[in-house]
Amino acid sequence: MRRYIILGTLLAALCGVTIWMTSLGSVGIFKLAPGGKVLAETLRHLQIVGAAEALAILIGVPIGFMVTRRGLRFVSPLLIGIANIGQTVPTLAFVAMAALALGMGFEAAVVALVAYTVLPILRNTYAGIRSVDPAVKEAAQGMGMSKWQITTRVEIPLARPVIMAGIRTSTVVNVGTAAVAGMIGAGGLGAIIMTGMAVRVTQMVIQGAAPTAALAVALDAILAKAEDWTTPRGLKVLKQAQWQAQ
Amino acid sequence: MIRLENASKTYADGTEAVKDLSMEIPEGEFCVFLGPSGCGKTTSMKMINRLIPMTSGRISIDGVDTMELNVNELRRGIGYAIQNIGLFPHLTVEENVCTVPRLLKWPKAKQHARAEELLALVGMDPGTFLSRYPSELSGGQQQRIGVARCLGADPPILLMDEPFGAIDPITRSRLQDEFLKIQEKIKKTIAFVTHDINEAIKMGDTIALMREGVLVQYADPAELLGAPKDEFVRDFIGADRVLKGLRLLRAKNVMKMPPFLVNVGEDPMQVKQRMEKAGLRWSMLVEDGDRFLGWVTCDDIEPSRPIREIIAPPTVTATPDTPINEALSLMLSSAIGTLAILDENERLVGVLSFDIIRDVLGEDVGVETPCEEDAT
Repeated sequence: MRRYIILGTLLAALCGVTIWMTSLGSVGIFKLAPGGKVLAETLRHLQIVGAAEALAILIGVPIGFMVTRRGLRFVSPLLIGIANIGQTVPTLAFVAMAALALGMGFEAAVVALVAYTVLPILRNTYAGIRSVDPAVKEAAQGMGMSKWQITTRVEIPLARPVIMAGIRTSTVVNVGTAAVAGMIGAGGLGAIIMTGMAVRVTQMVIQGAAPTAALAVALDAILAKAEDWTTPRGLKVLKQAQWQAQ
Repeated sequence: MIRLENASKTYADGTEAVKDLSMEIPEGEFCVFLGPSGCGKTTSMKMINRLIPMTSGRISIDGVDTMELNVNELRRGIGYAIQNIGLFPHLTVEENVCTVPRLLKWPKAKQHARAEELLALVGMDPGTFLSRYPSELSGGQQQRIGVARCLGADPPILLMDEPFGAIDPITRSRLQDEFLKIQEKIKKTIAFVTHDINEAIKMGDTIALMREGVLVQYADPAELLGAPKDEFVRDFIGADRVLKGLRLLRAKNVMKMPPFLVNVGEDPMQVKQRMEKAGLRWSMLVEDGDRFLGWVTCDDIEPSRPIREIIAPPTVTATPDTPINEALSLMLSSAIGTLAILDENERLVGVLSFDIIRDVLGEDVGVETPCEEDAT
């Protein structure tokens, strides 16, 4: 309950600040972004994040799963290594490279974000599937489950909380990273921030930054809930037992 | 019936895990694969449900070559339990137990009824436990569910890989006893893997002792203990093989009736005379023919005191089903060194003494010198 009060207060504060800045209309000779524009760029921001996240899930989960299979396991150290190194490359570098390769705009921004987002998803999927107790898989196999049944009834349900945690982390990171994409003309709240910085109007920077933060907080809360829903009840009981044992 | 013909397993690196194994496990028999680690016992068992593919040879179940069946259908027809249990943590006890029935697409109602039946069979209350999750159970309860799960669709054959391995000795012994009782009812054909000789002797109708991939001796426990085939078997069984053999015998196989019983109403001096003549220090006192009251000792008998007043009441007694090793320790803890065997109605059915046990051991197990020679 307390969590929701804090969350609500935070969201209200961020939205309030945005509305306040927008209501100023102009600072000196500079006109701030009108309300309609802020709303449109917020939706645009969500579009970029949503497209990048969806693609990253479609790519990351199957690849993360595939490299746990016996035939492909040999590539997993390489892939996970690349994923870990990739995380240390600055976002800006990804965005710049994508822009160089694909030109400015929405596509380049999404490609850069996917390249960055796919890494935690892939890594968590791999870790989640690998963490399934070999004894559980052996029992499943010994009782006559097919490979498909072992995957769908045992491995995926058991790995789901870890995979969902990867998706949640990457989404939050994505919301922030997407602001940088404003630099290459993809639009979104980053565009407002960039303009504000160019003309050195702090109020305008806040017009872009506050809704970005609000989006991150809200999406994190929603995905936390989703993570909870998709965790099998038996695993929650298990976690609780482990927690109490400590 | 499970039949292995020249079954062999050679790994890619050249290790021969199982060499030319030929044996038969008759229907309804409890066969224990025994041996030190790396002897190929688990590999042999896993070749039966094709978890490990054979390199060469043939395994058939009731005459049908296992290679001719769809591998998943083959496995659904064979119960499988392992040491680490491998219960599905995200599923309830009921869903775990019904794994195979669900794979076989049984109707929901039938699955539920089967789950209740199985929990009752392994001694757990269905109402309490069916909706629980594995993490809410103790280790022993999890093992029970593991056993119940392998019995899920009532398969005629069970493969069990040290199913009681990962629990404390007291719980293990209780689960072993319970499982033997269950087996008496369900009469499955069982291949059971263990490295524990005591477990093998206790559980097995037959024991297949393996070493470095080769079947060394395949015999019933008494024969294995009484007539070990070679040095390896002798060493593996250990120096205390006579004592181990004791758990194979039960009081009812060994007990005798004493030369005579003393009735409470008898004249003290006549009793004393009879005992002196027979050379007995102790006699058993009964009422109504066979209701055991206690012991009388020759020295206590006086002409003036009725026998009822000089009874030494029994401190320990045993039942006809008590294994002899337990009976022996009861005898050691009693003052008399002789044990009265009573049936469930407290009727005297026999008596055990060190001499009686030694005599029987000499002939049955075929051992020259029993170790408890000096115990009398």
